[in-house]
Amino acid sequence: MKNKYLAILKDGILYKNPIFIQLLGLCSTLAVTTTVVNSVGMGLAVTAVLMCSNLMISLLRKFIPDQVRIACFIVIISGFVTAVDMLIKAYFFELSKTLGLFIPLIVVNCIILARAEAFASKNTPLPSVVDGFAMGIGFTFALVILGAIRELFGSGTLFSGTGFEITVPGLHDKPVLFFVSSGGAFITLGILIAAFHYLIDKHEEKAEAEDK
Amino acid sequence: MIKELALIMFTAVLIENFIFYRFYGCCPFLGVSEKPSTALGMGFAVMFVMTLSSAVTYAVYYLILVPSHLEYLETIAFILVIASLVQFIEMFMKKFIPALYNALGIYLPLITTNCAVLGAALVNIQNGYNFIESVVFGFSAALGFTLAIVVFAGVRERLRLADPPKSFRGMPIVLVCAGLLALAFSGFSGASF
Repeated sequence: MKNKYLAILKDGILYKNPIFIQLLGLCSTLAVTTTVVNSVGMGLAVTAVLMCSNLMISLLRKFIPDQVRIACFIVIISGFVTAVDMLIKAYFFELSKTLGLFIPLIVVNCIILARAEAFASKNTPLPSVVDGFAMGIGFTFALVILGAIRELFGSGTLFSGTGFEITVPGLHDKPVLFFVSSGGAFITLGILIAAFHYLIDKHEEKAEAEDK
Repeated sequence: MIKELALIMFTAVLIENFIFYRFYGCCPFLGVSEKPSTALGMGFAVMFVMTLSSAVTYAVYYLILVPSHLEYLETIAFILVIASLVQFIEMFMKKFIPALYNALGIYLPLITTNCAVLGAALVNIQNGYNFIESVVFGFSAALGFTLAIVVFAGVRERLRLADPPKSFRGMPIVLVCAGLLALAFSGFSGASF
């Protein structure tokens, strides 16, 4: 039983990572990852919505008619997104200003609808919540790596805005502005995905060699 | 008036291009840009829906949500309006304009989850555009989307003949190319009026 949840967690974070493997929800990924703080904020917002919507959809899965399920999912998701949006506005106003419209746009983030359709509508509530958590953490993990790279090279700082700010002397004076530009977002993500594929391939080769 | 509209249009198409500047609609941009013909189909479908949805969401916001002080429900209301509008357009096209339906039909369901459409509706409200400005903005943002996706489909056709390293095959190299294209578009960002 425990192994099942562990497998869901591993899938979400590594083998079916929403960004690196499934390539879902790239709009918000590319847009908000200019700093680590933004990435964490976005990642946690998506995780919260994903867990709530997975739970709700899994509870209602026997009542939602098959023909209109997508519409029902969207209504449930947008309800939670509105709640999260208002919470962020109330408690993290600065963050809500920098993330801007990307918080309401979580509604159309493909990860959430994909998990609702592929997992929550077919499973019982507890695995669905775990799946939402795993996918959300996988998403946050990818966002934080991308955000850290872009912040480090693009503005020469790390964790700026948290109080634990690290400033890199040489880079801070002359940051590589390319990394915070939109082109830098696409290219950094492309290279990161390639690196992730490389590591996974290597891991599998090693496992195969050991089998022999 | 004309000058302002032209400015909105120019900004939305080139300077603040939906994909390369705002990152709205990246999923279909990467997903449906395999061939120029499908990219063009998707582009036209988005143009059609986004122009209409800008008009309808404007009406919903200012005629229903604002008088009843329910502005905070805009996300829910807009996504519902867009989803039902897309469904309605699909049925209408199937019945009355079958030729157009055959060309664009398969792209329509994908548009509901295209964040460009919801994004345009939200930007309209955020920028306080009036009705005509909203419609022009919706249309020209979609035009910018179409431009980007069609140009990129051309790039990807060439890419099929390329031989990148194994880990870069598939999406990574596509993303890198999109980045180069975004850099080219960022050349417009210096333009001011």
